[in-house]
Amino acid sequence: MTGWQTLFHKEVLRFWKVSFQTVAAPVLTAVLYLLIFGHVLEDHVKVYDRISYTAFLVPGLVMMSVLQNAFANSSSSLIQSKIMGSLVFVLLTPLSHWAWFLAYVGSSTLRGLVVGLGVFIVTLAFARPEFAAPLWILAFAFLGAALLATLGLIAGLWADKFDQLAAFQNFVVVPMTFLSGVFYSIQSLPPFWQTVSHLNPFFYMIDGFRYGFFGQSDTSPWLSLAIVGTAWLAVSALAVNLLRTGYKIRN
Amino acid sequence: MPAVSFQAVSKTFTTPKGPFQALNDVSLDIEEGEFFGLLGPNGAGKTTLISILAGLARASSGRVTVLGHDVQSDYAAARRKLGVVPQELVFDPFFNVRESLRIQAGYFGVKNNESWIDELLENLGLADKATANMRQLSGGMKRRVLVAQALVHKPPIIVLDEPTAGVDVELRQTLWHFVARLNKEGHTVLLTTHYLEEAEALCSRIAMLKSGSIVALSATSELLQAASGSVLQFKTDAALPPALAAVARVTGRIVQLPAHDAAEIESHLAALRVAGVPVNDMEIRRPDLEDVFLQVMGEHA
Repeated sequence: MTGWQTLFHKEVLRFWKVSFQTVAAPVLTAVLYLLIFGHVLEDHVKVYDRISYTAFLVPGLVMMSVLQNAFANSSSSLIQSKIMGSLVFVLLTPLSHWAWFLAYVGSSTLRGLVVGLGVFIVTLAFARPEFAAPLWILAFAFLGAALLATLGLIAGLWADKFDQLAAFQNFVVVPMTFLSGVFYSIQSLPPFWQTVSHLNPFFYMIDGFRYGFFGQSDTSPWLSLAIVGTAWLAVSALAVNLLRTGYKIRN
Repeated sequence: MPAVSFQAVSKTFTTPKGPFQALNDVSLDIEEGEFFGLLGPNGAGKTTLISILAGLARASSGRVTVLGHDVQSDYAAARRKLGVVPQELVFDPFFNVRESLRIQAGYFGVKNNESWIDELLENLGLADKATANMRQLSGGMKRRVLVAQALVHKPPIIVLDEPTAGVDVELRQTLWHFVARLNKEGHTVLLTTHYLEEAEALCSRIAMLKSGSIVALSATSELLQAASGSVLQFKTDAALPPALAAVARVTGRIVQLPAHDAAEIESHLAALRVAGVPVNDMEIRRPDLEDVFLQVMGEHA
């Protein structure tokens, strides 16, 4: 293995060795959402005409799990090793900023996708899935995970303490995912909140992902792809630059 | 080409109280194969200097090279040549000892080096801990793993930042035996330590750092020879007269008094007799490195 592959492998082992907590727990959380919201809202909420609410909910929950876990992985790995001091083992190596980027974003993307797949498999017991456009499913799962993994990398570099990271997660990541249309179609919102939703980049990830399943979405998947892709390129440029300059890790 | 070259290195930190100059124009060359000691009191800048060498920090000005490779512009080549044992007792709790070593080697692109890993484990007394998780190890054992991690890619230059702080006698013996062997085999060693008897025994050349500047840089033997006078050493349970207490180095019952010449030794003894201080196990000896260190630090007070 080359250097970046070793770091990638180490980062995968890091979450896989505690997969009960990093994979099984988020799967359970998502399934609880499906059970409770599906039960309460199945007969009350009408989304797309031919799709049951539970079926509508599945892609949203899968994507939410992908996003939150991709973010949690890179950010918690970095802050832990910063606070424990074990980041020094990586800092002392010849690994370039690109190697760091590939390894941290790659492993966190993988964690997001593994959790998302787990959620999807369990939800098969509750709703029969459709695969109208599978390539879109893969594209948005991958891009969404990579975008949040990269954001997690930035947050992990920036945060000095666990509570700063928790604040970022609780006040930015969670609200933006919840308000992105995981639980509802934004068509059901008043016009003002529809406009606000269109400013939330998370909306495009979930909407585009859902298009892959139903061939139907609130906005064009091409627009979603362009926005999510551009956002990922932008945060990646920032992340690579922070790594290159050693922001907060090489004082 | 020097193994390590510090060229006019300065480092200023911004602190809430304003800028703090940790290093002030430090220039220093360490030749290949040397066993070099970097000494100084806490806060002198030793760790800052090593951090800049290792790429953990950046110099505010000046340049550092490792076997000709600039630690900034050519960092990958420079870091491949360095094996750094950090001062803090850090570890990755997710892995066992052997996994940690394999991963560390992998970062440097080194593969299939199980026989070297086995040799490291054997020489550092870790062979029976290979499959133990890092969390289960005692502090001393964790320290050994840090040394093994620093050496796992066979670096020609070994940097040890206070490796024996808080470490038991057995590990010190093991560690110095092994490091001395590596030095004999051609590895360059850069050591910082608070244990001056270790530095005196191991280092062929020494730099002393104080408040970010080099205040002494010389072969260990020359430093010792240049130290003037002798040391009057004895044991006592009584308190010293104030005039002597001011210049004495006291370690529990052991008192050490510097003296320039025989007359000063006589006057020390006279003062002790007048004060009624009982003097046991008295000897007069040549200054050791600790005396030299205190003298040099005193001159630059």
